[in-house]
Amino acid sequence: MDHISPVLWQFLQKWLTHFALFPPEASTVAPESDALFFFMVLVSLIGLTIVVLLIVGFSILYSKKRHPHAVQIEGSTLLEATWTIIPLGLFLVMFVWGALLYFRIYTPPANAMNIYVVGKQWMWKAEHPGGQHEINALHVPMGRPIQITLISQDVFHSFSIPAFRVKREAIPGRYTTVWFEATAVGTYHLFCTQYCGTDHSEMIGDVIVMTPEDYKKWLESSTSGNSLAQDGERLFASLSCSACHNTRPDARGPSLANVYNAKLTLASGQTVTVDDAYLRDAILNPSQHITQGYAPIMPTYQGQISEEGVIALVEYIKNLDSDYRVQQTTNTTDVPPEIEGAKPAAGAKAPAAQKEVKP
Amino acid sequence: MSAATIVALPDQSTARIPKMNFLTKENGLLSWLLTGDHKRIATLYLISITFFFFIGGALAGLIRLELLTPQTSLMAADTYNKVFTMHGVIMVFFFLVPSVPATLGNFLIPMMIGAKDLALPKINLLSWYLYIVAGFMAIYTMAAGGVDTGWTFTTPLSTHYLNTHVISTGLAIFVAGFSSIFTGLNFIVTIHKMRAPGMTWFRLPLFVWANYAASILMVLGTPVLAITLVLVVLERLFHIGVFDPAFGGDPILFQHLFWFYSHPAVYIMILPGMGVISEVVSTFSRKRVFGYTAVAFSSVAIAVFGFFVWAHHMFIMGISNYAALIFSLLTMLVAVPSAIKIFNWAFTLYKGSITFETPMLYAFGFMGLFTIGGMTGVFLGTTGTDIHLTETYFIVAHFHFVMVGGMLMAFLAGIHFWWPKWTGRMYPEKISQLAAIVTFIGFNFTFFPQFILGMLGMPRRYAAYPPEFQALNVFSTAGATILGVGYLLPILYLTWSLKYGAVAGNNPWQATGLEWQTQSPPLTENFPEIPIMDHEAYDYEWLEKMQEKEVASVG
Amino acid sequence: MSDSTAIANGGQAPSNSANTANSAHGEHPPYQRHHFESVEQQADTANFAMWLFLLTEVMFFGGLFTAYLIMRNWYYQPFVVASHQLSIFWGTANTAVLIASSFTMAMGVWSAETRRRKSLLISLGLTLVFGLTFLGIKGIEWHEKWEKHHIPGEHYSVQSFVNPQSDPEVYKEYHDAPLPPDAAQKTEEYFFLYFAMTGMHALHMVIGIGILVFMIFRAKAGAYTTGHVTFVENFGLYWHFVDIIWIYLFALLYLISRH
Repeated sequence: MDHISPVLWQFLQKWLTHFALFPPEASTVAPESDALFFFMVLVSLIGLTIVVLLIVGFSILYSKKRHPHAVQIEGSTLLEATWTIIPLGLFLVMFVWGALLYFRIYTPPANAMNIYVVGKQWMWKAEHPGGQHEINALHVPMGRPIQITLISQDVFHSFSIPAFRVKREAIPGRYTTVWFEATAVGTYHLFCTQYCGTDHSEMIGDVIVMTPEDYKKWLESSTSGNSLAQDGERLFASLSCSACHNTRPDARGPSLANVYNAKLTLASGQTVTVDDAYLRDAILNPSQHITQGYAPIMPTYQGQISEEGVIALVEYIKNLDSDYRVQQTTNTTDVPPEIEGAKPAAGAKAPAAQKEVKP
Repeated sequence: MSAATIVALPDQSTARIPKMNFLTKENGLLSWLLTGDHKRIATLYLISITFFFFIGGALAGLIRLELLTPQTSLMAADTYNKVFTMHGVIMVFFFLVPSVPATLGNFLIPMMIGAKDLALPKINLLSWYLYIVAGFMAIYTMAAGGVDTGWTFTTPLSTHYLNTHVISTGLAIFVAGFSSIFTGLNFIVTIHKMRAPGMTWFRLPLFVWANYAASILMVLGTPVLAITLVLVVLERLFHIGVFDPAFGGDPILFQHLFWFYSHPAVYIMILPGMGVISEVVSTFSRKRVFGYTAVAFSSVAIAVFGFFVWAHHMFIMGISNYAALIFSLLTMLVAVPSAIKIFNWAFTLYKGSITFETPMLYAFGFMGLFTIGGMTGVFLGTTGTDIHLTETYFIVAHFHFVMVGGMLMAFLAGIHFWWPKWTGRMYPEKISQLAAIVTFIGFNFTFFPQFILGMLGMPRRYAAYPPEFQALNVFSTAGATILGVGYLLPILYLTWSLKYGAVAGNNPWQATGLEWQTQSPPLTENFPEIPIMDHEAYDYEWLEKMQEKEVASVG
Repeated sequence: MSDSTAIANGGQAPSNSANTANSAHGEHPPYQRHHFESVEQQADTANFAMWLFLLTEVMFFGGLFTAYLIMRNWYYQPFVVASHQLSIFWGTANTAVLIASSFTMAMGVWSAETRRRKSLLISLGLTLVFGLTFLGIKGIEWHEKWEKHHIPGEHYSVQSFVNPQSDPEVYKEYHDAPLPPDAAQKTEEYFFLYFAMTGMHALHMVIGIGILVFMIFRAKAGAYTTGHVTFVENFGLYWHFVDIIWIYLFALLYLISRH
């Protein structure tokens, strides 16, 4: 750096940031996306050059002054074939390359750390499993695959991080996911890119990429005290889910221990894999998700619970890895099993402090 | 006759506009409001869509003014949302969709096929009245406070989260849709049933093929939009519906139904423009269009394939990866026929005898700008890059390149090309060439920076944006000012030409179409007797023989 | 292609139109418009146009059918239970009425073609009566929905689905099990689509009836029995189309649950 004058360097930096032609590449997929993009720019430039050369060239060579008599030419099958097949071939190359990229961006790796994001008019709420809640901001560690599970509370929004080259619609009524792995520390734009009403342009924020150590520090300093799973446990009790979903032999509902990622047979005979979407649907539309062997008596919680609440419940159920854990939940409430649907005062009771925070 | 132009005007000292023509046949307001004459209806349409174009353009001006600064300085965010919504609604439904078909198509198709009128003149007039009713409803909406759903009416925002005039806008578009359906229906029936003796399908001018393909889209696609808007209106009225998950509905269903029309709609908008380019490039190179059959079939191919690609507007909306794959593949297929046309037009120039009158300048502008716009469409049809580029200014730039750089230029090319036929007068050449160049320059300055903005990530429909995007936005607004001048000039000189333009005569461009073989302006019945088509389309040798006979007989 | 041959066979040579301006109005029937070379061309064109218009109507209703089929697939059980609220009796009656009206309409077309004015008037009159009957029965059905609070919107009630025994008529016939509340809510979707589809169909019936009334007056004046049958023929096409749409609606809305 010493052979470049500092003044020149400052100027260059200013120029590069203020006249950038593309955003910083801050994720593993960004260079791949850019490579395909620049390939397409190259092909377009060549194509445009050919077309312009043809037009300008022919206009000069065959202007009326130079070429007063036109020669009637019907066509040329060879030429037609050429300019059909070559563009088609190039487009198919782009298609395949793009498809591979698309699958890569929308297929999260199995070990991705999950962060929930709820979009609502007009803010982004990020919910980390450890109980950190952010509005219009997202802190993530560098070098780790992160999966964002998105949903909207109201209308369509779209979660966009240009520096990572990822974007996904946040849709009311179901989860969508996208993943990324950040590669450079820094702060990057977060935009809502689907028009969502009055303050659509205010629905912007920052994605803050930190080193793993800084991230750990941040996690510890910003937690609200309860992890999402703990919030979920509280809700589970206050909504009387444990009245039926417990480990007693005469329980009216299936035990939810280890149900996440398991294969479940429904009353209709179908087999489903229990994922986030299934859990959310089962809470809101239970009559279509009755486990085989149980009566369809689960009430719907539609309208009684926000998307954040559903997320908390889903997190809780994801971490329910043993019957013992289920019993812990049941024991912290004192809702008599006979009283269905009663909102217990025990909902205010905090879970016992010895419970571990599940990250 | 100078070597640099093919314009052949009659001797101006003795030339007169023919006393009996479709404009002078009958007088009085009612003769216009109750006309069945396709040329009068085309004239009514031309005035109406020009009116709406300038409203849409004024709204565009407001958008660019607001975007000069990163904050919402000129208007509140809500107002900005209304402005871009109305800009989109008016430009798409009240300008682009009817532009070439309802004006040039209505005017020319009967003449080009050797008929005295369209098959269904009353339906044609009804089509214009529906357009006017829809226009009034749109103006009412604006006067009553506007609508801010975006022209795409995304649910559930438009059904349950806004309290602006969604219903009146939806109904206005519904009515305008039927105007479009009736125009398309008329064209298809006319082209099938009213061709003159000897006018086989492959002797039709390519303008007719292009409008035929667009009419298929109008007729099959628009009804789906109509019913979708009805459902949106019903949802708003009854607070229940098939598009809101809170009631068990699915907002993605709306997206599928909406884009099922709105994608073919873009081909409705561009195909007739491509038809104009075929005519103009042929005339100003004095050559039959290279690969006539390829160009004709590519129009139909675009129409057919255009129905199968709608979900490329939904790649990031949670459709299955495999569905995205299929739609992306089909999108690549639909891009090819457009490429074929560009090359065919370019090769029409080969060994031609080229002059550079205004229509040809607009046609060249079209070819360059549509190539860029079309190629950037491929960027978006490629799923992987669409993720980064969709919903940003890249999309805005892409569709403005194809619609404004493409379609609007083609429309202006057509207006200038057929102006002498329509009015009997020539427009002033020098100033019109200047306007064409100004438009081209202004357009590039306005919209090319928007590709960069999109790549940088600036979202669309933003009233306020991060400050680092300001430079490019200012650049874009500066270009828009130039573009505005480029569009104002034609209004001025074309109006001037109505009284002071040179008398054009039958065939100032020495073109080959049937419409050029009659007087300018044409008779109400187009031809004194139905012509018999005994030569191929774009037969310049036939034209030469005809001209020799004329000269011989006059002497 | 029937088009250029229509001119060739249509009888009148092209030069005829040159005389039109000069001679006493050419040798063509008064109802032939001047942009056509022959009545055959005119009739052929109008017929083609009507078929094309019906194709647009297919696309129009198609959107509704698509929405219905998707929803029915997702919410099969609630849709079945909701469809039990429709009266098979009235639905079948309406179907019979419309099929009868299509028959009388076809008789009307035949009457026009064979220049039987009285027969035409009777046929059109009967078609009108059947059409009005259809609308009347629809009115009865809709009124019943109103009374039972099955019209989507503010006053919608899921009572009949959550507690089927509270609706003894329907319960007697179907013995539906009670639906859980979230499934019962989906019945409102069924009724939304029911009213959208039957409403759109009824709107087309009303338009058809309006045109029928116009036609009866014109038929009385003998307009359709002098050889110019195009209007009657094409209206017949429209009427049959509206009938066919109803048959699909009947099958999809009323008959889902019949075994």
